[in-house]
Order: sequence, then structure tokens, then C-alpha cells
Amino acid sequence: MANPIDNAFKFHADALNLRAFRQELLAANIANADTPGYQARDIDFKKSLQDAFAGRQPTVELARTARGHVSSAAARGLGAGADAALYRTVVQPSLDGNTVDMDVERAQFAENAIRYEANLTFINGQLKTLLAAIQG
Amino acid sequence: MSLSTVFDIAGSALTAQSQRLNTVASNLANADSAAGPDDKAYRAKQVVFSSVPMGAAPASGVRVTGIVEDPSPMKQVHDPRHPLADSKGYVTMPNVNVVEEMVNMISASRSYQNNVEVMNTAKTLLLKTLTLGQ
Repeated sequence: MANPIDNAFKFHADALNLRAFRQELLAANIANADTPGYQARDIDFKKSLQDAFAGRQPTVELARTARGHVSSAAARGLGAGADAALYRTVVQPSLDGNTVDMDVERAQFAENAIRYEANLTFINGQLKTLLAAIQG
Repeated sequence: MSLSTVFDIAGSALTAQSQRLNTVASNLANADSAAGPDDKAYRAKQVVFSSVPMGAAPASGVRVTGIVEDPSPMKQVHDPRHPLADSKGYVTMPNVNVVEEMVNMISASRSYQNNVEVMNTAKTLLLKTLTLGQ
């Protein structure tokens, strides 16, 4: 992305991709609200966006305490998002091992949707600005 | 594309929940069926949910992996005039717990609604994305 126009959109494009990914994770949590043993997952949005913007693979690294330890993400060979997803801590654990709290998930889902739309608005605004600059 | 996977995930949940609702309906309908096609009283059935990988790595949908028969003991009702009564006058009736089934029904329908809502939101977001720059 060397093009200045691409650069202008890179931040919002990364953010939009992450929002869509998070929306998918939250949808999976809601879908599995009644699955025994399912553990709800979510990403640390701020850290993931920083990683994406810096071009790093978003990962949650295990602490390497000895020389022989291998990087967890590299060892598992998973995709970019896989290691960025954390497990949610539960307030009221259920007996079947399911950690989905529907109130939390619904709230996060709605919030994420609104932020996704906000992102689209920002991109639209930027596009309008650029067009105004081009057309004079 | 992450957002279109939301449809697959929520869709899988809709299928699973409606199957659960189907089982509840079957259980409630047969709460008093003293004899089925195999000449035995109806046994309550329950669905087993499990998550299946779907879309990007950590996200997963849900699937019904099996339908199990409730192992709890059958109800014994004393009714000597019943044609199916045994020598002591007892009739074996289904082990359907009607209260439990009603709760199951409400839970399934609420989960179904939640997933419909998820689909609607994903649809709105996708449509908004399609009109980007217009």
C-alpha cells in the first residue's frame, strides 16, 4: 500500500475488517448459547487493531520461560485471527461448562454493529473529502 | 468475508434450535401415549448440541449431533381398567416432564429469536457496506 490514497483508507479498512471479524465471533457466541462446554470468545479490539495497523500477526503469546520454548502461534500454524481470540471470563458460571452470558453478548453485538456503521460513515466522509479535492 | 459467515453461523443455530423445538413438540404431543409403534410407552427425547468450526478459525456454529432418549424411569399409573394394564393394574406411561418441556420450549424459542436478530443485524451491516461511497 504505497499509494497515498490507499494509505488514507488503510486505518479504516483494517478497523472495518476487525469489526467484521469480531461480529462473526460474537455471532458464534450467541449461536452456541445452549451448547454444553462451549467457551465464549472475543478479541481485544484495541490490541488487534494496533497489530493489524503495524502489520503484525495478531497473537496472544504464551510466555517463553526457557530457551527451548517455541512461539505458540508459529508452532500451531494457525491463521491471523485464531490466536487473537481470547476466552471470556464468566460472572455466573453454568454447570454444563458453557460460558456464554447472553446479556453481555447481545450488548457487545449491538455495540460492535454500531461501531461498524460508524466506521462506514467515516470512510464515506473521507471519500467525499477526496472527491471534493479531486473535482475542485 | 467475515460478515457473510455470520449468516452460516446464525443459520446453523436456527436449524439446531428448531430441531430442539421439534423434539419438544414431539414430547409434549406424546406426553400421554401409553403405546407407540413398538407397543411400548413413549420415551422423552432430547437433542444434543455441539459446536462445529465454521468460517475463520475460532468462530464456530452449532449442530445437533444426536437425539438421545431420556433414561429417567417411566411413570407407573394405577388404572386396572386400562387395556394396557399389567397383572397388578399398573400402566406404564411416558417419562415426559411437561414442565421441563415447556421451559425447554421457551428457551429454544428465545434462542431462535436471538439468532434471527443476529442475522438481521448482519444483513443491515452488509447492505450498508454495499452502498459504501455512494
